[in-house]
This record gives sequence, structure tokens and C-alpha cells, in this order.
Amino acid sequence: MPHVPTPPAPSADKRWKLVTTSLRRQGNAPHALIEGMHAVQQAFGHLEPASLRYLAAALGVPLSKAYGVATFYHHFVLEPPGAHTCVVCLGTACHLKGGPAILSAVERAHRVKAGQTTAGGELSLLVARCIGVCSLAPAVVLDGDIQGPCTPAQVLERLAPCFEEPEGSPR
Amino acid sequence: MTTPDELGDLAERAREADAVYCERLRVCTAASCLSSGGAAVEAALAAEIAARGLGERCQVKPVGCLGLCSQGPIVAVETLAGEGRAEHLVPRMQPDEAAAVVERMAAELPPERSIAADIPFFSRQQRIVTANCGRIDPNRIEDALAVGGYEALLHALHEMTPAEVLDEVHRSGLRGRGGAGYPTGLKWRTVAKAAGAQKYVICNADEGDPGAYMDRSVLESDPHRVIEGMAIGAYAVGASEGYVYVRAEYQLAIERLKAAIRQADRLGLLGSAMGGTSFRFHVEVRIGAGAYVCGEETALLASIEGGRGTPRPRPPYPAETGLFGMPTLINNVETWANVPPIVRRGGEWFASIGTERSKGTKVFALAGKVVNNGLVEVPMGTPLREMIFELGGGIPDGAAFKAVQTGGPSGGCIPAEHLDAPVDYETLTQLGSIMGSGGMIVMDEHDCMVDVAKFFMGFCRDESCGKCVPCRVGTVELHHLLEALARGSASERDLALLEELCDLVRHTSLCGLGQSAPNPVLSTLRYFRDEYRAHLAGRCPAGVCAASARSEAAQ
Ligand SMILES: Cc1cc2nc3c(=O)[nH]c(=O)nc-3n(C[C@H](O)[C@H](O)[C@H](O)COP(=O)(O)O)c2cc1C
Ligand code: FES
Repeated sequence: MPHVPTPPAPSADKRWKLVTTSLRRQGNAPHALIEGMHAVQQAFGHLEPASLRYLAAALGVPLSKAYGVATFYHHFVLEPPGAHTCVVCLGTACHLKGGPAILSAVERAHRVKAGQTTAGGELSLLVARCIGVCSLAPAVVLDGDIQGPCTPAQVLERLAPCFEEPEGSPR
Repeated sequence: MTTPDELGDLAERAREADAVYCERLRVCTAASCLSSGGAAVEAALAAEIAARGLGERCQVKPVGCLGLCSQGPIVAVETLAGEGRAEHLVPRMQPDEAAAVVERMAAELPPERSIAADIPFFSRQQRIVTANCGRIDPNRIEDALAVGGYEALLHALHEMTPAEVLDEVHRSGLRGRGGAGYPTGLKWRTVAKAAGAQKYVICNADEGDPGAYMDRSVLESDPHRVIEGMAIGAYAVGASEGYVYVRAEYQLAIERLKAAIRQADRLGLLGSAMGGTSFRFHVEVRIGAGAYVCGEETALLASIEGGRGTPRPRPPYPAETGLFGMPTLINNVETWANVPPIVRRGGEWFASIGTERSKGTKVFALAGKVVNNGLVEVPMGTPLREMIFELGGGIPDGAAFKAVQTGGPSGGCIPAEHLDAPVDYETLTQLGSIMGSGGMIVMDEHDCMVDVAKFFMGFCRDESCGKCVPCRVGTVELHHLLEALARGSASERDLALLEELCDLVRHTSLCGLGQSAPNPVLSTLRYFRDEYRAHLAGRCPAGVCAASARSEAAQ
């Protein structure tokens, strides 16, 4: 693979090292764009404008392409996620077995819509189209942890701690 | 670098190491069982065995999927019984039951709670693809070697020419398991014949159909099988690089696959000078980013190339102009997993299983309103009724069966009158559905067919990549019409428009997503038109849609 030097990271943040390593592994070629985005999102939680600009420059692709790719794929997020995430599965099995009721219960209880984060930044509510554990339908993923079968009440109960003020923290 | 002899030695040693144990507790650690506590169960059993000093005779082994996913976490208790071994499956095992399970095992008694091993869910299966799932530790290549892993690859590399491998795969009659059922041997020959300085093989592990999780399970339970299949394919067509494209949701599968590739590399079963020959093959994992359309092969290629996953017109097919413009062989996970047994046991053996035109077995994910949710592998041609009522154990809570959905958003709903139809590519297509990747979702009297059609159309609308107008606009319009039906506000004209639009989207879309998006609507219209008509009259017979709320309010 031809050696293309990696441009310096946008900041001194150590996490950039993970990103530059991932890009270098693919010779900083344009086709490393998605891998690079995975690396950035894993390190920083989301893709902010500075990161997209950096990836575009490092791989020699137009910024418009980087933006186009980042917005095409559901997995990439451009806004910082909430402190916790809840993914409600709305795949076929979960749809039939009560996924929609779970989603609307969470939406109502925490005044948040699917794809959004609560105003206080406590929770990002996401939906998925099958997470591959249909035998546990309806399933949800709380902070990476798959749970199912769940009732709306159980999900609300498990989400409650996300909204508790840490002891002694200022309001 | 491993020669066949050295591999044989390694395998023999792995088998001897296994044979030391009189008892074995195999704990499912695939994603579904892990989420219900499989790891804690494994730890509790290991602690219990250690505490009783049974470590010399009893092994606790983390394994892949044991099949009956709705009963997880599942533990298989394996004991010596006469000449052979007996096995009992403990469902929904809790960590605090570890002491009792170990105690009864030590006293040579069966566990107090267990699933009979002879229920049709297990006894009617024929396991080729999933033969090692739930038996071996997916994180140890030694376990794969002990059951014959990589034998087929080394046999092919040392004893067969690429043309002979192509012949064997052709003879097997294997057809693609990713949905369309294209003859695998034919595709391989096209790639082998194509001219190109560099060729690629790709494993499609995007598994986007909602309700399907066979590929996840195979990757989590026996990743070496898939890698071996790809390496054989690469040898047959003359490729030196490969990619596995896995969806991002499958974190555990990705981890196990990457670990398996490292292990195979270390033993010289991948990389350069494979198995002591001059053949080289290098595999990388690429992680999807949550776009259903990337399962479509040309979109998948665009995604590996780092761009937006939009399909392009075919021809040219990837077999001739694929990744980076080079000839590329793309097959599904399950297709690849069938290859090593075909090379090992011969194409003729494989062709003796299944039906006239659909050979071998197929893995299905049984889900929805069926008692036994889980993975089953059955010979092609098994009747739907047998799958749902015998293996699946029927419909829970005494409800009546209404339909079975196969093929996901590209498939259709098959009603009770066709339950005796054999599951093969042609029959399912004739019935207005497709084989698809293997999702099989059972619906009962409480499910509304208009709601199901609306659900799938919503899915296609969300996942349409937007490149071609019929799919981008058509799926939105179709979804609007189905919403109007569900609300009870649609007219006769809307129903006519729905059918007309289905026809248009089907015939004018660029890729399979749009072309097949109308299928769930068309098949439910075909078999359940009365339900559509009831919605026109403001009534949802199953009581799911808003239409029923309206008619109740009016009473
Ligand atoms: C919208 C769409 C989605 C698809 N998704 C998948 C998928 O998730 N997995 C898969 O193996 N094939 C999928 N396919 C089929 C692939 O395009 C391709 O035919 C397949 O990977 C070829 O492998 P096979 O011959 O082994 O089946 C999809 C096709 C379409 C049109
Ligand atoms: S439908 Fe929810 S996990 Fe498959």
C-alpha cells in the first residue's frame, strides 16, 4: 500500500490516536472513510463538524462527500448523544409482540421522540429494525445491554435511574 | 504454516484434550442467551465445579447457539452413558441452580428440569450449517479443528485444482442463501473466468431482514466455518483478498469473527503460503453502518469503497465488475458455511438432500406467535405445517394461526390453506412470497394483515436509499395509502390506486429493495382481501388498527 502521511490530528486529545491508527492501517485511502467514521464515533461518541473536516482532509475526499456519507448511514450521529441510550426494537417480531407500545410509553413518559435526546441530555431514544434477538421479542437495548421480553412498565422502571439526580449535585 | 499432517496432529490433540472429561457442561454464550444471563451461569457452574474439585473430570465450555433461543440461557449437560454420551438441556438456567445441577450430574442423575432431547424441534432437524453450533467454543480454533475445521480447505489446496473445486460446488446444486437463490456454482464459474489482475471474495453478513438472525448465530457460534468457506472460494476463483461485511449491530459476531481470523492467520490457514502451499488469502472485516440497502450487493460494494450505500444498475454484475472495478464473488454467510462440508463430503452427497431444484438444508429463524422461538435447520422441502406446528410447537395461548411471513420486507404472508406447501425456492415464489434469507414469522388471529403490510412498507420507505424515483416516492405514497386504510379513511379508489402503484414500483425500481417492496402488500391482498375490505368499511377485524377504534366509538 502506498504510504500517504497522515495529517496532524485536530487537537492534542489522545483519542485521536485511535483514529489515525485506523486510517493509517488502510494507507489513508479514500475508501477508509467509513472505517474512519466508526473510529471517530467510537472514540468521541459522535461525528462533529471538526471531525468530518479532519477525515475529509486526511483521506483526500471532498467535505461534501464526508457529510453525505455521515448522513446516509443511520449508525452515525452528528449530535452528542445523551448520557444513556435506549434502543427500542421495531423489527417484525417486536412489532407484533408489543414494541410500539414500549416506544410510545417511553416517548410519553420522558417527553422525547424516537431519534431524539431528552432536553436535559439524560437519554437518547432510538429505534432499530430488528437487533437479531427476535426470540426475546419485544426487545430493547439499554446502554448496550440487550433485554427482553419487556413490558412498557419494565422498561420505564429500568430507565428511571437515568433520570435521578446524582447525590448532592446542584440542580 | 500448517501442512495437512500438522493440522491432523493439532486436531487429534484437541480431540484427546476433550476426551479427558467424563462430563461436560456446555453453556450457550450467543447474543440472545448472554443477554438473559448466560455469562453468569457459566461463571456459577465453573465456580461450583472448582469448589467440588471436579475440574479434572468435568469441563465447563462456553459454546454458541443451542437453538431454542426463547428458553435461554440454555445449558447442555453431557454425561457418559454406556458407550456414548447422554445429553440434557436445562432451559432458563439461573446461576443459583448451579449447585443443584452439578450435584445431580455428579450423582449420575438427570437434571431436575430439562427439555426432552427428542422433541421435534430437535429431532426433525438436519444440521449441516449449524452442525458445530452449540458444540464448540467459538473462541478457540482448536475446538473447530477437533471437529474437522479447515480439513476441507487443506484438502482443496493440496489435492484439488481450482476447476475441481468449481465442479464439486456446481454438482452440489447449492443456491445462494441470501435471498435470491442464484446457483452458487454458476456464480463461482463466472468469477473464475472473469479477467482481472485482482479478484475479491466477499461474505455478505449484513443480515438486514427484520426477523432473521441465522447469520448472526452462525458467526457467533462457528466463525471458522465461514472463513474456511471463503478461503476455499478464493482458491477456486483465484482471489487473494476477502472482506466480511457485517452489520454494526452484531458486536459479538464481529468480535468472534475478528478473533477467528487472527487465530487462523497464526496457524497459517490464512495469509501467505497457506497450509504450506503458494496460495495466499487475506481477509478483513468491514462494519456496516446501519443501512438495510447495503445488503444489496452493489450497494454493499459502494459501502466497502467508503461511499454512500446506493445500488447501481446490473449488469455489469459484481462477478465481472465488482469491488474497485474487479471481479468479485459475493455470497451470503450461510452459503459460505455450506462450502466446507460440500468439499469434504462431495457435491453428490449434498445434492441428495432436499428437493429437485432446492438442494441441501436451510436454516430458519422461527419467531413471532409460535411456541418454540429459535433457530432450526431442516432439509429443503420441509412443509410449512411441520415447521410451525411440529418443530415450532404450534401457536401459543390457543390462538388460531393466520399466516406465516417469509422473506422479510421482500417477501409475503402465506395463509393456512397453503400450510402443506414445501419450503423451497420455487414454491414460495409461486405463493407470492420468497425464501428470503430465512426469517419465518408466525402470525395469529390477533395480527392484522393491513397493519403488517403497512409495517413493511414503512420499513422500505425508511430504508429506500433515494436514488431512484419509483422507490423513493412510491414507498412513501404506498405507505400513505396503507395508513389511510388503517385509519379507516380509505376509499375504493385508494384501494385501486394501491394495486396500481404496487405494480409500478415493482416494475420500475432500480434495485431489489424497490422491486420487491410491494410484495407484502400484494401477498396480503391476494390472500386477505376481505381484511382490506373490512378496513374500507372502517373495521379492523383483528382489532389492531385505528379503524377498529373508530367503528367501536361509532357504536
Ligand atoms: C434490498 C436488498 C437487501 C439484501 N440484503 C441481503 C442481506 O442482508 N444478506 C445477504 O446475504 N444478501 C442480501 N441481499 C442479496 C444480495 O444482493 C446478494 O444477492 C447476495 O448476497 C448473494 O449471495 P448468495 O448468492 O450467497 O445468496 C439483499 C438484496 C437486496 C435487494
Ligand atoms: S424483531 Fe426485534 S429483535 Fe428481531
